[in-house]
Amino acid sequence: MIPSSFDYVKASTVDEAVAALTAAGEDAKVLGGGQSLLPVLRLRLNSPSVLVDVSEVDEMRQVTDEGSALLVGAAVTTYEVMHHDLVTAHVPLLAQTAALVADPAIRHRGTFGGSCTHADPSGDMPTVARVLDAEFVVAGPGGRRTVPAADFFVDFFTTAVGPDEVLVAVRLPKMGGWGSHYEKFHRTAQAWAIVGVAAAVRVEGGTIAEARVALTNMGATPIRAASVEAALTGGPATAEAIAAAAESAADGTSPTSDTHADAEFRRHLARVLTKRAVTKAAGL
Amino acid sequence: MTETVMRTDGAAIGRADRRKEDARLLTGRTNWTDNIQLPGTLHMATLRSSMAHAKILRIDTSAALALEGVLHVYTGRDFPELAGSTCVWPVTDDIRMSHYPAICTDEVKYAGDVVAVVIANDRSVAADALDLIDVDYEHLPAVVDMEEALKPGAPLVHADMGTNECYVARMPCGDYEAVKARADVVVKRRFINQRLIPNPMEPRSVVAAPMGMSDEITLWSATQIPHVLRVLLALLTGIPENNIRVVAPDVGGGFGAKLQIYREEVLALVLAKRLGKPVKWTETRSEHMVATHHGRDQIQDIELAVTKDGTILGMKVDLLADMGAYLQIITPGTPLLGMFMYSGIYKMEALDFTCTGVYTTKTPTDAYRGAGRPEATYAIERIVDEAAAELGMEPMEFRRKNWITHEEFPYTQIAGLTYDTGNYEAATARAIELFGYDELRAEQKARRESGDPVQLGIGISTFTEMCGLAPSRTLGALKYVAGGWEHCTIRALPTGKIELVTGTSPHGQGHETAWSQIASDIIGVPVEDIEVVHGDTGRAPYGMDTYGSRSLAVGGQAIKLAGERLVEKARLIAAHQLEANPDDIEFTAGTYSVKGDPEKSTTIQAVAFEAFTAHNLPDGMEPTLSGESTVDPLDFSYPHGTHLAAMEVDTETGKVTLRKYVAVDDCGVQINPMIVEGQVHGGLAQGIAQAMYEGALYDNDGNLLTGSMGDYLLPSAADLPSFVTDRTVTPSTTHPLGTKGIGEAGAIASTPAIINGVVDALRPLGVTDVFMPASPQNVWRAIQNAQAGGAR
Repeated sequence: MIPSSFDYVKASTVDEAVAALTAAGEDAKVLGGGQSLLPVLRLRLNSPSVLVDVSEVDEMRQVTDEGSALLVGAAVTTYEVMHHDLVTAHVPLLAQTAALVADPAIRHRGTFGGSCTHADPSGDMPTVARVLDAEFVVAGPGGRRTVPAADFFVDFFTTAVGPDEVLVAVRLPKMGGWGSHYEKFHRTAQAWAIVGVAAAVRVEGGTIAEARVALTNMGATPIRAASVEAALTGGPATAEAIAAAAESAADGTSPTSDTHADAEFRRHLARVLTKRAVTKAAGL
Repeated sequence: MTETVMRTDGAAIGRADRRKEDARLLTGRTNWTDNIQLPGTLHMATLRSSMAHAKILRIDTSAALALEGVLHVYTGRDFPELAGSTCVWPVTDDIRMSHYPAICTDEVKYAGDVVAVVIANDRSVAADALDLIDVDYEHLPAVVDMEEALKPGAPLVHADMGTNECYVARMPCGDYEAVKARADVVVKRRFINQRLIPNPMEPRSVVAAPMGMSDEITLWSATQIPHVLRVLLALLTGIPENNIRVVAPDVGGGFGAKLQIYREEVLALVLAKRLGKPVKWTETRSEHMVATHHGRDQIQDIELAVTKDGTILGMKVDLLADMGAYLQIITPGTPLLGMFMYSGIYKMEALDFTCTGVYTTKTPTDAYRGAGRPEATYAIERIVDEAAAELGMEPMEFRRKNWITHEEFPYTQIAGLTYDTGNYEAATARAIELFGYDELRAEQKARRESGDPVQLGIGISTFTEMCGLAPSRTLGALKYVAGGWEHCTIRALPTGKIELVTGTSPHGQGHETAWSQIASDIIGVPVEDIEVVHGDTGRAPYGMDTYGSRSLAVGGQAIKLAGERLVEKARLIAAHQLEANPDDIEFTAGTYSVKGDPEKSTTIQAVAFEAFTAHNLPDGMEPTLSGESTVDPLDFSYPHGTHLAAMEVDTETGKVTLRKYVAVDDCGVQINPMIVEGQVHGGLAQGIAQAMYEGALYDNDGNLLTGSMGDYLLPSAADLPSFVTDRTVTPSTTHPLGTKGIGEAGAIASTPAIINGVVDALRPLGVTDVFMPASPQNVWRAIQNAQAGGAR
C-alpha cells in the first residue's frame, strides 16, 4: 500500500535526532532500517508526520568493548551483529539469534536497536536482551539514562523510550563461562517466531550453577521463565533434570492465539522448546 | 539485402537453450504494465468493503472530492448496470448465475467488494482520498461455512435466489451402488482441499488509454488472456470489440489468477473512454489478497469400494465447492475440470461424481494452477493410501495392482477419457531407484522401533492429469461458451528474419524460446532469427491464450502446421528459381536443393526475399511468404509421473520437514528440458506449499484472517530441499509433436505426496489424516486426537 505523506529528517548525531523528535512533538517516529516501520506506514496502521532517520548516526553504528560488557549501537544492522568479531566472541547468543531473524535482505537493513524498540512480541532480539539482563542507553532532551531490560519492554509494541527519546545503544554482558542457545520455532525460514526460547546456563562440575531462560511470544513482552530458572539452578546438568524443569516453562505466561498457533499449543511449545534450548545451552 | 544465416547446430527441439526472454524479465527492465507511463495518466484507486456482507445505506464522498488532486469519485449509482466480471461456463441448465457489479450499488457481499472508485492525478492522492470516503453500512449476516450455507434458513448471499446452492452437477459412470454391494471394504474419508490465494510475483495492473483521434482504446493488463479479455470487455461495456485492443505485455506470473476478467479492467476501460485520458490502476499486495480470485476450497467426501485382495471396484465423489460471493470467468467449472480425473491412473468399474457449488460471502474462487485436477488427484491419491492401510497392503503394491499397465494403452477409463499413452511402471521404477525407497523404509522401521521423537514417512503420488485444453466440441458439450483451438502465423520477412505470431500468452513460461526452437527445426532458421510475437490483439489477432497447460500441447501443433505450410510454399518458389520440379526439391536445415545435384540450391531466406520482390514467382502465385494454422486439438493429453516424498515429522512439536523429494515426470517429448525442469520445480513448490504452508482463513464474520504474507505463508527456496527430478519419455500419439504439457504437473502431483508422507509417518500413532496445511498445530492436534481415540 501507499503511506500517508510525512516529513523526513536525517540526523547525523544523537543530539540532532533528539532535537528533531522534540520539535515534532508526539507525532514523530525514529527510522532505523525501516524493516518494521515501513510496513506499518504502508499498511496505514500509523501515520507519523515526521520520520527521524538515525541509520547513519556514527555513534549508533559502533560496537564497543567496555571490558565486562559490549555496547552495541542501536543502528548496527542485524547482519553486522551476526558477523561482528566482538559479538561472536563475547555474546555468541546474540550472533546466533541474529542469524535466525527474517531473511538476508531484511538482516542487511534491519537494526538491532530497531528490533528492540519496535518491541514486537514475536521478535527475537528483545528476548536475547531480556535473558542477558541487557541495559538500554536512551537519550532525551534531559540527557541520557539507562533502562534495565526488565523495565524496557512495557507492552505490545511499547517500550520505555519516550516520544522525544532515542535508543542509542544496548549494553550486553560478556558471556565467558556460559553456554547459550536460542531455539526459534517458526513455519518458514523468514517467518516470525511462533514461540522462541533463549537459554543461557553456567555449568560447574556437572551442576547448573546459574540458569537464565526467556521466552518469545508468550506474552506482551519477552518474559523470563523464573520457575524454570529456579528449578534448574543447583540441579544436575542432565537431560532428565532439564526436561523436568522445562515442564513449568509456560507457567505464568499469557500467549495470544493467532493463525499459526493458539494459546494452548504455544504453551505446549514453550515446554518442549525450553527443554531443547536449555539442553543445547548446557552442551548436552 | 537478404541476410542468410545457416543453421549449423543440429536439432533445436530437445536442446536446453537458455531462455531468450530472461535477461529482461529477471532485471525487470521491461514493459511490465505498471512500468507503462503515459502522459496525462489519471490514477484509479478502489475503496473496498471492510465488511463481508452489508447493505450500503449512504456513501459520503464530499471530503474525498475536496482533496486537492482528486478529480472524480464514482459509486455504484454512476454505473448501475455495469458488470465487473462475468461467467462463461454455466455448467448446468439450472445453475443460479450471479450478477457481479463493477461497483456495488446497494449491498456488499465479501470483504474486499468495491464500493467506490477514486480518480486522481496522482497515485498517492488517490490512496489518501480513500480514507476520506464515509460509508454507512447495515450489517448483514456473513455466510462463511459451506455446510451451514446449505441448511434451510441460512442467511442468503443472493437473497433473490432463495438459496445459497449455485448448482449441482452429477456424472454417474457405471453403477457405483452395484459395485459397492460387491465390495469387501468401503473406505470413506472427508478431505478438505483448503482455500488458497494465488500469488504471482507481479500483482495485477491495468492501463487503459484512448488512442488519439481514432476510436480505439488500448488496454494493457497483467493478464493471461488478452484475447478472451477483449471479447468479454466488449460484451460487458458495449464498446465495439473492433475498437478495443488488449495488450498483455510482459506478465510476471499468473497461476490462473490472471485467467480472469476483473472489475478494475472494466472500470479502467470505461473511465478512460469517458474521461478521454489514460487511466491506470495497480493493486497493492494487501488488495491482491482479497480482490484477486482465490483457488481450491472444496470439501471432498470420498468413498473407495475395494475387495479384500486389493482390487478397486469403484469410487464415489461428493464435493462441496465454494464459489465465493459471485461467479467469475470459470468459477463453477473449476471443480468440474477435475471431474474426469478422480479415477486417476486406476482401473475401476464405477465412478459416481457429484459436485454442489455453494455461494458464500467470501472472495470468488476460480482457476488456480491445476484447476480441478489437483483436487481430484489429492482425493484419489490420498484414498488409495487409506485403502491400502485398511487392507494391510503396502501402498505402492496396492497401486501396482490397480493401475493401467503400459500394454493396455490406449485405455478408455471409467469417466470416458481415452488415455493415449503412458508407462506408469517405468516412471515408478525410476522414482524408486532415485529415492532409495527400500533404504528409507528400513530407516522408517528403525525409527518406529526406537520410538524416535522424529518419525519418518514416505509419501507416494502416482498421478496423471489432462492437459491441452481443449477439443472445442468437448468444451461445447460441457456448456463452455468458447472453443479450445490455437493459432499461429509464421511470416518470413524480406530480410530473412522470422516473425512467429502466436495466440498463446506467456507470463513466465518461456514461449519465446521454446516456440523458436520448434519453428527453427521446421523452417530451418536459427533460433536467434525468430521473434515470437504474443499477447497483443493488435499484432496477434487470433488466440485462446495460456492456461491449463495448453500452450505447447495445442499451440505447439499450430506452430508445426504453420511452419510446414510456409516451407511448402517456399518449396514451390525454390523449385521455380532452381528450374526443377518441386517433387525433386529436398529441404534440409533451411536449404532447398535439387535431388542428385546439391550444387543447385537456395536458402529459405533467399526465397523469402524473392517472395517479397515478387519479380520471379511461379505463375499465379501470390507474393509474400508465410504459413498460418488454427488447430483444434483431437484430444486432451495425459502427462503422468511418480513422485515420492520423505517426510520427517517431529511428534513433540508437530513440525514437518520435507527431507527428500523425487519427481519423475512423463510429459512426452520435451522441447526444452531446462524449461521443463523449471516448470517442475515451480509446480512442486506450489503443490508442496498447499500441503505444508498455505491456507486462507476467515473468521465467522467473513473477515480474511490471512490478509498479509505474515499470516498467509509462502515458502522460499530456504524452506525446500533440492528436488531430485527425472523424466521418462512416452510420446503422446494424439499430439503431432508428441508433447503433453508440464505447466501444472508439479502442483498437481506433490500435494498428496506430502500429506501421504506425513500420515505414513504418524499412522502407528493412529493418525489417518492431517488437515492441510500440515502446520505444526494441525499435525500436533492430529496426534493428540488420535491418541485420545478420536478421528483427527
